[in-house]
Amino acid sequence: MSETLKNTLLFAAVAGLIILTGFVQSWNSALFIINMGLISAIMALGVNLQWGFAGLFNVGVMGFVALGGLAVVLVSMPPVGEAWAAGGIRALIGLVLGAATIAGGVVTYQKMSPGRNRTLAMIAVLGVGFFVYRYVFDAGVEAIEAVNPAGTGYLGGLGLPVVLAWPVGGLLAAGAAWLIGKTALGLRSDYLAIATLGIAEITIAVLKNEEWLSRGVKNVTGLPRPVPYEIDLQQDPGFVDRVAGLGLDPVIASSVFVKFGYAVLFLVVLIIVLWLAQRALHSPWGRMMRAIRDNEVAAEAMGKDVTARHLQVFILGSAICGMAGAMMTTLDGQLTPSSYQPLRFTFLVWVMVIVGGSGNNLGSVLGGFLIWFLWVQVEPIGHWLMSVITYGLAEDNALRIHLLESAAHMRLLTMGLILLLVLRFSPRGLIPEK
Amino acid sequence: MEILNALIVLANYVLIPAITYGSQLALGALGVTMIYGILRFSNFAHGDSMAFGTMIAILLTWWLQSMGITAGPLPTALIALPFAIVLTMGVMLITDRLVYRFYRRKKAKPIILVMASLGVMFVFNGLVRFVLGPDEHRFADGERFIITVREFKALTGLPEGFGIRTTQGITVVVAVIVVVALFWFLGRTRTGKSMRAYSDNEDLALLSGINPERVVMYTWMIVAGLITIAGVLYGLDKSFKPFTYFQLLLPIFASAIVGGLGSPLGAIAGGFIIAFSEVTITYAWKLVLTYALPESLAPSGLVQLLSTDYKFAVSFMILVIVLLFRPTGIFRGKSV
Repeated sequence: MSETLKNTLLFAAVAGLIILTGFVQSWNSALFIINMGLISAIMALGVNLQWGFAGLFNVGVMGFVALGGLAVVLVSMPPVGEAWAAGGIRALIGLVLGAATIAGGVVTYQKMSPGRNRTLAMIAVLGVGFFVYRYVFDAGVEAIEAVNPAGTGYLGGLGLPVVLAWPVGGLLAAGAAWLIGKTALGLRSDYLAIATLGIAEITIAVLKNEEWLSRGVKNVTGLPRPVPYEIDLQQDPGFVDRVAGLGLDPVIASSVFVKFGYAVLFLVVLIIVLWLAQRALHSPWGRMMRAIRDNEVAAEAMGKDVTARHLQVFILGSAICGMAGAMMTTLDGQLTPSSYQPLRFTFLVWVMVIVGGSGNNLGSVLGGFLIWFLWVQVEPIGHWLMSVITYGLAEDNALRIHLLESAAHMRLLTMGLILLLVLRFSPRGLIPEK
Repeated sequence: MEILNALIVLANYVLIPAITYGSQLALGALGVTMIYGILRFSNFAHGDSMAFGTMIAILLTWWLQSMGITAGPLPTALIALPFAIVLTMGVMLITDRLVYRFYRRKKAKPIILVMASLGVMFVFNGLVRFVLGPDEHRFADGERFIITVREFKALTGLPEGFGIRTTQGITVVVAVIVVVALFWFLGRTRTGKSMRAYSDNEDLALLSGINPERVVMYTWMIVAGLITIAGVLYGLDKSFKPFTYFQLLLPIFASAIVGGLGSPLGAIAGGFIIAFSEVTITYAWKLVLTYALPESLAPSGLVQLLSTDYKFAVSFMILVIVLLFRPTGIFRGKSV
């Protein structure tokens, strides 16, 4: 069986599974799987760039995805004028002062000659700067959060079209990745993993607690959409007539239409990212990356700057994850900081990359769709399995109730097992690297 | 008297919680550091293994309680602990057999082992949630306090009090016993010496006839003991929730790296450094300063450097500082 045929069959099989969902469950859920599958595929491409191309282990995908989500709020929500007037400028000045403090600390460290004086001077700069920053910043934040806390209580965004937030999400994630990469790259390989794990937790903590920025756990709802609203479609006589002509119910048709609109947008992004990733893989740059991955010492001896190249690919991969995160928040229509769970956003993406075939872009796309499909479907399957197992037990049997309730946690177990089995028996994944 | 009051408040809200938390982190970090020293990878499943060991202890505790067996003033979980450790040892050895041994034989890159540990983390996490559910459990019983704030106030007549919970006392006592036993084992026994030799130089150790599989087996058994104890102590002191245990991974890693990966002494120092920084940076110093400073200087705000929601940021910042200035850690661990 030729490789192309095998790959086509694999993709066809996944497509078949999704189409089956359409027939058995509903076309709405099938389109939901497709939309999230497209986003997952883009995330997997980002992680594959880091792991597959360069062997970098990023355990903070969730953080970059969440930064993308924040970008949607910052770009697309209308600005809250009152909050800006109350304390927006003051908070911004505070942030600038905070950044200046860190810059001052770095400059002190670089300019002074090593010794106790340098350490003391640096601590003094950072300490004084911190209190000035808190003094300016806190009052601003308090003023912002006091403005209509139930409705807004934050600065809002720029009021720009939501699609613009996607590249901006990438930029935010790239900035965070630069900071992490500068610190942890060039050291042992697991340090990067631990550092990214940390930055992801902190990003989520910031989103949850900085209410002036993201409304925290109060969530930002009603984000602008790049596609029409279902309710507008249902009231549009032209749409209703056309749908009626096809013999469809306008309510279901409008929801399918909206999801389809998202799917087209996401598909365009996926194709662009995939094309770029393929070009990168087959370019001299891609070959250099793989050379570095396979033997760092040899690549360094050939004059390649390993740390700089790692930083580059790490930023690129994180930016793609950030963009995918912005797309996901757009699809959800709201930013819910408490919904970011590392097992769901970081490790699931890893399972996608490993199962699909690390180092192969097509593999990542396949993994993205397949694993997302499983993630959605394992819960109902687990539930069904549990009801079969506990069939003989009485309705009110404690064990039966417990097992049925716990079926939801089957997902983690299944994903872990899939990851372990693939790593052990087929480490190159479904579509191996050439 | 003012200074005394300040000290008592400081002890009650900063010293005692930080010492307790530091002991728990130190035990966790010892496990990470031992796996790193012997098996040479960062075990991401550590937090969830802790949760798994604690789960076994909780189940045993419930069973003992249902039989009417309690430890009097002490928590019943202490009786369950030794049995839980033995069972967790079994679980760890089985995991090693099924997952890690294959990659060890193949001499796979450390990062592949890290990835396998991610899979193990998923599985353990799923199992714990499957059995106990994702919610919080409190399983401490017996006396709640060694000395309560009210007793202390009555005893000394001071306006500020100072209390020690039983779980805090137990944590420190157990941690000291475990650490002393571990250092005795590593420094004095034949097996312990062979483990250190293997950690220092694998090839030399193999040449001198040390059986690597035995060393690995003992490592997992010790690690199982450490994580079960650390997990049970943490759960008794605070509460048991699977997600919290996963989140403990970051401070534990930070402790191990700050101390120097592979160095047991470093892991203990790192645990206390992280715990003390976390508690002091997120504590609101208003009360202490009001007592300690003259009236004219008394602070008006809370004097809290960071809100408690950012306690993970503290361990992360320390981690970053160490990585920037001294990547091998305070005690010069390995940097393979």
